[in-house]
Amino acid sequence: MANQNSTVPTTVATEPPVLSTHGMSIRFGGHVAVNNVSCEFRPGTLTAIVGPNGAGKTTYFNLISGQLTATSGSVRLYGEDITALGAAQRTRRGIGRAFQLTNLFPNLTVLENVRIAVQGKAGLGVNLLSMWSSHIELIEKAEHYLHRVGLLERRTEIAAVLPHGDKRKLEIAILLALEPDILMFDEPTAGMGVEEVPIILDLIRQIKAQGDKTILLVEHKMDVVRSLADRIIVLHNGYLVADGDPDEVMASPIVQEAYLGTGVAEHV
Amino acid sequence: MLAKLFSGDFPRSRVLAALLLVILFSLACAPFLTTGARMLNVAATICIFIVLAASYDLLLGYTGIVSFAHTMFYGIGAYGVGLALNSIAANWWAVFAGVIAALLLSLALALVIGLFSLRVKAIFFAMITLAVASAFAVLASQLSDFTGGEDGRSFTVPEILHPDFRLFDAEVFGRVIDGKLITYYLVFCSALVLFLLMLRIVNSPFGRVLQAIRENDFRAEALGYRTAIYRTIGNCLAALIATLAGALMTLWLRYVGPATFLSFEVMTDVLLIVVIGGMGTLYGAVIGATLLILAQNYLHALMGQTSAALSGIPWLSMLFHPDRWLLWLGVLFVLSVYFFPSGIVGRLRRSARPA
Repeated sequence: MANQNSTVPTTVATEPPVLSTHGMSIRFGGHVAVNNVSCEFRPGTLTAIVGPNGAGKTTYFNLISGQLTATSGSVRLYGEDITALGAAQRTRRGIGRAFQLTNLFPNLTVLENVRIAVQGKAGLGVNLLSMWSSHIELIEKAEHYLHRVGLLERRTEIAAVLPHGDKRKLEIAILLALEPDILMFDEPTAGMGVEEVPIILDLIRQIKAQGDKTILLVEHKMDVVRSLADRIIVLHNGYLVADGDPDEVMASPIVQEAYLGTGVAEHV
Repeated sequence: MLAKLFSGDFPRSRVLAALLLVILFSLACAPFLTTGARMLNVAATICIFIVLAASYDLLLGYTGIVSFAHTMFYGIGAYGVGLALNSIAANWWAVFAGVIAALLLSLALALVIGLFSLRVKAIFFAMITLAVASAFAVLASQLSDFTGGEDGRSFTVPEILHPDFRLFDAEVFGRVIDGKLITYYLVFCSALVLFLLMLRIVNSPFGRVLQAIRENDFRAEALGYRTAIYRTIGNCLAALIATLAGALMTLWLRYVGPATFLSFEVMTDVLLIVVIGGMGTLYGAVIGATLLILAQNYLHALMGQTSAALSGIPWLSMLFHPDRWLLWLGVLFVLSVYFFPSGIVGRLRRSARPA
C-alpha cells in the first residue's frame, strides 16, 4: 500500500490522532530539554522514541504523562487540550505510564501494588467503609495482570525484596492494570535478564495486536525497536530530528550520525 | 463476623492478641476490678488516649504526614462541649450542640490547613500545623472571659453523668451504679466504636490509598489518585476523631483548660504512644497508650517502693528516688525506641512470622 504520509505508516493514516503534542518545549534554567516537539500518535500503532542519553526522551514522556508541565506548547488527548491537567487527571483520562527507574510501593505486597492500580481505575479510592478485601473482583483483576507478566506465584511477597527483573515486570503489571488507551513504556527491559526480555516483548506485542491501544516506547536496544515499532521518532538534544518508517529512519544520515553512529556498537 | 468487626486486620501475633485481650478485658471491667477513683481515672484516660493516638496514627503511620495540630483538634472537642455545658445548660442538648459545633470548626480548620499546605513539602505542613496550634492555644488562654483563660472552666454535666446520680438503689457486683460509672462506660464504648471504625477506615480501599501515598506519593499520583485530596480527607478524618476524643475527655473530667487539652506535652505524649506502640498498626496505639498512661501514673509510686526497699544503699536509693521518675521514664523510652524501632507491635509481629 502506498504511503502518502511518511510520518504515519500503514493503514491508520486516516484515523484522527489519539494523542498529539504541539510545539512543546520545556526549559530548565538555560537548558532546553525538549525543544518545540510536535508529533501525533494514532491508535493501534507502536511508536519507538530513540535517541542518545540526555536527548530528552524521558522528559518528553514526563511532559505527556503530566509529571512535568511544558514551558510552552500543548498536549492534546482526543483533540482536547490537557496541558493544564496534572498527572492524576491525565491517568484517569487514559494515559498510562511505566517508569524507567522502578517506581513501586516498596513495603506493600506484589498483589497490593497492582490492586491499588486496579482500584484507581475502578474509581473506588474514596470508599471509606467497605473492606478492601471484600472487593473480590478487584483482587481477581489484579491477579489476572500478575499472571500476564508471570508474577502470580510471588503475589504475597513484599515488592521491595523482588529481584530487579521481577520489579520491572511488576511495573508493567501496574501499567496494564490501569487499562489505559495509551501505554507508555520507558525502557521496559532495562536491566532484565536475557531470558526474561521475551516475556515483556511478547506482552507488548499482544497489546499491540489488540489494535485499539496507542503505544509509546522508549528503548535503547535496536533489535527490540526493529521488531516492535511501526514508526520511530528520534530525539536529539531536545529536538525531534527524524520521524518515520523504521527502516527509513534507521537509514537516514542524521540518525546514523546523531545516534546509531555511536549507539549501534553499544546497544545491539 | 469477627473478621468484619476487625475489618480483617487481626493482631497477627499470639502475644499481641493476648496483650490486647488483657487490655480490653481490664478496661471493660475496670469499675468492678478496682474501687479507687484514681484507677478508674487511669482506665478512662487510657481509653481516650487510645482513640487520640490511633487517630494520630492515621496521619503519621498510615499517610506519612507529620502534624503538630492534633492536640488543637482534641482541645476544640473539649472546649466545644465544656463551654456549651458551661454557658447553655447542663443537658444533652448542650453536649450535642457543643460536639457538632466543635466538629464543624475542626473540619473547617483541617480542610483549610490541608488544602493550603498538603500540596507542598512535608516540613512546611508540619510548620503550619505548629503555628496554627500555638495560635489556637494562645487564643484559648487569652479569651479568658469566654474560656476561663489559664484556669479553664469547670462545669456541670447532664444529670445521668453526675457522680451523685444513682441508677439503682441496690449495688451491682458490689458496686453502686452511679453517674461516674455511666460516664466511664460512655467513654469506653465510644472509644471501642471509634477504634473499630478507624480499623475499618485503614483497611478500606481509601485506607489502602493512604498507605500507597505514604509509600510513594509520586507513583500514587501517576496511578490517578490526586494525593493532595486524599491527604486532606485523611487529615480531616483524623481531626474529627481527635475532636470526639476531646469531647469524651472533657465529659469525664468535667473540666476544660489549656494545660490538659492544648499543651505541647499532650502532643508529645501522643507522638510517644504512636512511636513506641508501632506506627501504622493502630494496635500500636492500644499498647502504647496503656504503657505510657500506666507509667505516668504508677512509675512514681513504684519507684517510691523501690527506693524504700533500697534505703540502706546510699547510691541506689538516690537513683530510684521518686523525684527521678521522669528520668526513668525517659530512659525507658530511649530503650524501647532503640530496641523496637518498628514499635512494640512491629516487633511482636516480626517474631510471630516464622512460627
